[in-house]
Amino acid sequence: MIIPSVPPVLYLVLSGILFTIGVIGALTRRNAIIVFMCIEMMLNAVNLTFITVSRFLQSMDGVLFAFFVMAVAAAEAAVGLAIFVMIYRSRETINVDEINLLKW
Amino acid sequence: MAENIGTIFQWLIFLGVAFTSIIASLLVITRKNPIHSALFLVLTFLCMAVLYLLLYSQFIAIIQVVVYAGAIVMLIVFVIMLLDLEEELQSGLKLLYSKVIGSGLAVLFLFGIIYSVAARSLTGKTGTYTPEKMNANVKAVGEVLFTQYLLPFEIISVLLVAAIIGAVILSKKRT
Repeated sequence: MIIPSVPPVLYLVLSGILFTIGVIGALTRRNAIIVFMCIEMMLNAVNLTFITVSRFLQSMDGVLFAFFVMAVAAAEAAVGLAIFVMIYRSRETINVDEINLLKW
Repeated sequence: MAENIGTIFQWLIFLGVAFTSIIASLLVITRKNPIHSALFLVLTFLCMAVLYLLLYSQFIAIIQVVVYAGAIVMLIVFVIMLLDLEEELQSGLKLLYSKVIGSGLAVLFLFGIIYSVAARSLTGKTGTYTPEKMNANVKAVGEVLFTQYLLPFEIISVLLVAAIIGAVILSKKRT
């Protein structure tokens, strides 16, 4: 009896679950840093999808896309956290529902 | 039985890592203390790195550990320690409703994803990178990166420089 190896569907479902957890976190938490972590988690879930599809279609493009996503995520982390420090310096809070300067 | 050993271990590692990553990411979004969230985020990222290893992408797995679990989470932890965060206040009733509605919509979205993934198998032209060829993973990545994707690679370097300059200018004290 030959056991089949792990099918791509399971990887894709896992990636969907992680993405959804990230969405729920970004929608329900008020601390801006935790919202930021949830965004990183969503980027990671998408990377997992890229790698899975590129593995099972035996292509290299998905791996390269995951690489570029990681580079963009690193840039985003640097700028985003600098913005949080700035906001905290001027407003003494980083709760996302109290930062409403651009709302009208 | 002997030929199944590898597959059995693949299943065991996949299931273990999948459950660990789901539980760790649930803990990320439920812990009150941001430091705990950041540490569980590291665990999630390490689980993802193991999944990348299972998918024959050693290069991306190493980059995942170095860049995500190392650099990005370190930045996050640093900022959490710099900012003296008060505890998240108990949310009012109106906020609770919006949380429930948002989570419900997200779960609907998950069902959409699962349906679209399970409805049909992967289609598309298969490439030439078989698992045997992916054993020399860094070489294969480098070949594609520096020929076919050279221009995006250069643009990424410009983007990183712009991000660094932006971060420095943003966090500079106004005089």
